[in-house]
Amino acid sequence: MTGFEEVLALGDDALIAAQRLAQWSARAHEMEEDVALSNIALDQLGAARLLLTYAGELEGAGRDEDALAYLREDREFRNLLLAELPNGDFAVTIAKLLFLSAYQRDRYRQLAGGSDEQLAGIGGKAVKESTYHLEHAALWTLRLGDGTDESHARMQSAVDEIWPYTYEPFEDNDLRPGWLATVEPVLAEATLTRPADGGWAPGGGRAGRHTEHLSYLLAELQVLHRAHAGASW
Amino acid sequence: MSRAYQLAGQVVDPELRVVTIAELGILREVEVDGDRAVATITPTYSGCPAMDVIRTDVAAALRAAGWSDVEVVTRLHPAWTTDWIDSSGRAKLAAAGIAPPGPAGPVPLGLPGRRPSAPACPRCGAAGTEELSRFGSTACKSLWRCPACAEPFEHVKAF
Repeated sequence: MTGFEEVLALGDDALIAAQRLAQWSARAHEMEEDVALSNIALDQLGAARLLLTYAGELEGAGRDEDALAYLREDREFRNLLLAELPNGDFAVTIAKLLFLSAYQRDRYRQLAGGSDEQLAGIGGKAVKESTYHLEHAALWTLRLGDGTDESHARMQSAVDEIWPYTYEPFEDNDLRPGWLATVEPVLAEATLTRPADGGWAPGGGRAGRHTEHLSYLLAELQVLHRAHAGASW
Repeated sequence: MSRAYQLAGQVVDPELRVVTIAELGILREVEVDGDRAVATITPTYSGCPAMDVIRTDVAAALRAAGWSDVEVVTRLHPAWTTDWIDSSGRAKLAAAGIAPPGPAGPVPLGLPGRRPSAPACPRCGAAGTEELSRFGSTACKSLWRCPACAEPFEHVKAF
C-alpha cells in the first residue's frame, strides 16, 4: 500500500493545498491569521517536498521533486478535489482546512506506524503538524459558527458547499468513521448542522480527473520553472 | 563527544540565534574518517526554511576546521521533537524572552484537545498567560501575552 501512486497522491494533496493557502499571504483579515495561514502553507510545502522526493525514488525513473511538481500536466496530478478548490471566503478556507487536515492527520499517523522507515519519518513529523492545522481550523470553526448571525450563516454555507468533497478521500480506505468522529463534534459545538449523507459526492482526483480550478493553479505554480527550464539561483 | 561534533554543534539556529543546533537536538551525530566528515541532522518542521541555512553552516564549520570532504545527511526517523531541546537550550530561550516548550506527549486522537497549558511569562514569571495565536513568526512558535506585565512574548510550541 505504500507504492509510488500512494505517496504521489499524498504529496500532491500537500503541494496543492500549500499553493492554495499561500494565496492568502498578505491578504488575511489580521496579521496573526496571515502568519498562521502562511505557516500552515509552509508546513504543507515541506511535507510535499519530502513526499514527492520519496515518490520519485520509489518510481525509479529519475524524477525528483521539481520534475514531479513542475513538469506534470493537470491530468497527471493525483490530489483530492478538496485540496484544489478555490479559497472562497474565509469560512470556505476554514472548512476546507478542517476537513483536509483531519484526513491528512489520520493518513500521516498510519504512515508513522508503518514498516517503511522513510515514510514513518515523514509521517511522524507531518502528523504533528497536521494536528496543529486541525486545531487552528477547529478554533475558527467554533468562533465563526458560534459567532454572529452573519458568521454563522457564512460558516454553515461553507460547510454545505465543501461537504460533498469529503467522500473522495475515503474511496480507497476505511478512515471515514474516525474522520467523522473528529469533525462532527466540532460542527456540533459550533452550532452548525452536519450535512446529510447521500447527496452529490464528486471524485476523480486520484485518477487525474480534476476541476478546472487545478489547471489555473498549476499554471501559476509552474510558469517560472517552465519559462526558465533548468535555471537555478 | 568528538571535536567534529563540538564544532558542528556550535552552529546557531538562524531563526533562534541564541541556541545552537546541538542544544536543539537537530545535530544527531558527526562521523569522521580521515579527510571526510559526515554530519547527520534531523529537521524540525518539514518546511522549516532554516534547515537549508543550517546545512550550509554545518558544512562550512567542518570545512573551516580542516575536513575537505564534508557531507550533511538528513535523517527523518525518528522525527524531531521539542523534547530533544536540552536544559541549556531551554534556559537560553527563556533568557531571550521565548518561553520554552512543555513536554510534547503523544499526538491526540479524535477531537483536537484544548491545548495548550499556558507557559509562565518568560519576562516576569507570572502564570495565567493568554494565547494570541497558535502560529507566531515561525512555524515552531506561538504568540502569547502576559496580563501581569502586559508584554507579548513567543513560545516554542510542544511538538
